Amino acid sequence: MPKKTTKKTTKKTEELDSIVLMQGNEAVARGAVDAGVNFFAGYPITPSTEIAEILSRELPLRGAAFIQMEDEIASICAIIGASLAGAKAMTATSGPGFSLMQEAIGYAKITETPCVVVNVMRAGPSTGLPTSPSQGDIMQSRWGSHGDAPAIVLYPDSVKESYELAIRAVNLSEKYRTCVVLLLDEVLGHMREAVRLPDLRKHRVINRIKPTVPPEWYKHYDENQKYLSPVASFGEGYRFHVTGLAHDATGFPTGRPAEVADMMARLKKKITSNIRDLVQIESFHMEDAKIAIFAAGITARSAKSAVMMARAEGLKVGLLRPLTIWPFPDDAVRKMLKNVETVIVAELNQGQFLREIARLIKDKDDSDIVPVRRVDGELITPAQILRIIKEVN
Amino acid sequence: MSKTYMRKEIRLSGSGGQGLILAGIILARAAVQERYRVAQSQSYGPESRGGASRADVIISNDDIHFPEATHFDVLLALTQESCDKYLFDLKDKGILIADTTGVKNIALDSSNIYELPFTDIAAEKLGTILPTNILSLAFLVRKTGLVSEASLRKGIEQSVKPHYIKLNLKAMKLGFKLADDYGKTD
Amino acid sequence: MKNQPQKTVHSYLRHNKKFPHVWCAGCSNGIVLGALIRAVDELGLGRDDVAMVSGIGCSSRMPVYVDFNTLHTIHGRAIPFATGVKLHKPHLNVIVVTGDGDCTAIGGNHFIHACRRNLDLTIVVVNNNIYGMTGGQFSPTTPTGDIATTSPHGNIDPVFDICDLAIGAGATFVARSTAFHSLESEEFIKRGLEHKGMSVIEIVSACPVIYGRLNKKGGAPEMMKQMRDNSIPVKALDKLPPEKTKGKLVRGILKHVEKDEYTLRYQRLVDSLKQEESK
Repeated sequence: MPKKTTKKTTKKTEELDSIVLMQGNEAVARGAVDAGVNFFAGYPITPSTEIAEILSRELPLRGAAFIQMEDEIASICAIIGASLAGAKAMTATSGPGFSLMQEAIGYAKITETPCVVVNVMRAGPSTGLPTSPSQGDIMQSRWGSHGDAPAIVLYPDSVKESYELAIRAVNLSEKYRTCVVLLLDEVLGHMREAVRLPDLRKHRVINRIKPTVPPEWYKHYDENQKYLSPVASFGEGYRFHVTGLAHDATGFPTGRPAEVADMMARLKKKITSNIRDLVQIESFHMEDAKIAIFAAGITARSAKSAVMMARAEGLKVGLLRPLTIWPFPDDAVRKMLKNVETVIVAELNQGQFLREIARLIKDKDDSDIVPVRRVDGELITPAQILRIIKEVN
Repeated sequence: MSKTYMRKEIRLSGSGGQGLILAGIILARAAVQERYRVAQSQSYGPESRGGASRADVIISNDDIHFPEATHFDVLLALTQESCDKYLFDLKDKGILIADTTGVKNIALDSSNIYELPFTDIAAEKLGTILPTNILSLAFLVRKTGLVSEASLRKGIEQSVKPHYIKLNLKAMKLGFKLADDYGKTD
Repeated sequence: MKNQPQKTVHSYLRHNKKFPHVWCAGCSNGIVLGALIRAVDELGLGRDDVAMVSGIGCSSRMPVYVDFNTLHTIHGRAIPFATGVKLHKPHLNVIVVTGDGDCTAIGGNHFIHACRRNLDLTIVVVNNNIYGMTGGQFSPTTPTGDIATTSPHGNIDPVFDICDLAIGAGATFVARSTAFHSLESEEFIKRGLEHKGMSVIEIVSACPVIYGRLNKKGGAPEMMKQMRDNSIPVKALDKLPPEKTKGKLVRGILKHVEKDEYTLRYQRLVDSLKQEESK
């Protein structure tokens, strides 16, 4: 009998030791390492700095590179250069730095160079409120760079999911050869939650496909069915050319309309042909919902609380939460909102998701789409959403 | 097996440099020891020292969705400003713990208010005001019974630098004693 | 028999790709590219082991023509891109080709910080004193008083001395030559490639079609002659009387010191951490 007790206690203690209090930014850094990121370049900015701090400690221990650059522009350029040399590369920043990175994000997209940019959103415009939350960069993460390129943007709502989506961001960047943005809320970046470590060990890592053809046959942007072509790195005998100019399949600049059209189609199709792989959306109590809330990130957590409070009062309310916000989950949203009477769009901005929802549900009157906005640096509270639920019910 | 839903909202407030975020982390870690779900968040200004600072800890036996404290079960106020700012978001039966070194006026009468000059006591009894955060947190823990002494001790050990553990455990013990002796006349 | 430099250069070009090139007749860019290729060839560097990185501008079009790992990036940012390449694959010889505007105006911050780090890059700055690709606006090295399309009344800006800037910022190998002195340019690029650390080689060059015409400098041959007549080797600086050196462009290796290079420092850090761990 005593033996059994001892064993039980040990197991209990072990289990307890595997639960740790972890910060959102730390979860991102940990996810990056577990996804195989071996190059990080960054510049200090609140509220993302912890990611750089943690990786400056962790990466050298693994023989991987960490460099603090002179600004955010240099940071993203360095990770693109490193990625072309074969690295899994990441940078992390916040609003002002994200703005500075936009040109090079477009470069990563047109050159189809895998990399990940983490943007821990803070209140803007400009310097705004550096330590306050905002969801002001929803549209910037889609349209921030000049020109016309599609985007993959992921957006977690918990510490554990920050870890998972950091890994997914790296995986998708490698698979689709593009710059993937991971958005995080200021509150989430700094928030600590209990996380079970074993939960952080179940992940799979995707690496880019290497060419097998001889160098003279190699095309840096070769066509194949899924628009995902093998990619060589500098120093491996392929000696390819990379340019931000419009280019043909070999990578050399072109001004021929047909070749430019091919390039643009390729950039678009690799996203649009793979929507099922890219889109992730959580449906929370939507089965019988008459009122649906659409919210992402930290605001979705307020919405979940509001749903629970409303349900306790017998109101049929549900929540739709996209984990991938770009490409926007058009079909899923259309389908899930088909049978609801009212959609409440809750967001910490002046109405960015609102435009997407309005675009998708044309059959509803404007009065059936109700915004809940907040731009004062504070979170939308569950009570604020509950009030609106009761108003529209 | 059904269980009653429990959600406790604790706000630790004061100014930057008083170690409130660390106190929040310690309380959260202590709650993890007791298998609660926890979320610890904070709000602060640009200052490392001074300026308003607060740390929220939500302790629950179920999923924690909204991570910030809006109606507090417990409020710790180390400065007049923070006391004034958050006092009226206390729940009806919420507990206020005020450091009277900084808080001179409390615009509320309630039997759930505990007042002690924690900063002065730390200076006098511990020789430094640095562990005021732990001193007042320990007092809070004893008065509210949120977590056990063992859990709080573990939270401290997991969170402070090794050479500060001794001092902070001393502060913890003193905090417990202050709580036990509170209201007793000599 | 001496090998034929023309043939050497030719063998490095991507003939079937993007020729004819974009440069105007009389432009110095071809001369600089020739010098660069000969330097690489003489050192016997493997083509797979050379990465050539550029920004935006006339000289930044160089990489596309050469059979190396080539990276044509965005305006002013060639150096941070190159930093990423070098830090991830330190065995690569990373050459940055950049112009006066690309390097010292929009890219000035990256330039000074790369010098400060002493990362092992070889930066060839082709200084033609003008923004050529956009049609002739003044750059940080357009001489004060000169005409450009954005200084039609004469440029009132003082100029940067690129070599002084590099030396001040901590580059460990700094040299200057001109497109006229193509063999000297080749030698300096070669020395820069051999040097372990940040090398900056400024090559003063001619833009006869835009800068030359705006400022009545004559055609390409005249501008080449001016480079010959208006420059002196640094070695002659002390030997000549001041009136003979005044206003002359100084050519030569202006700084060459050995200092810990960035990737070596980083490797040392990694090794020391590994050692600590195994203890």
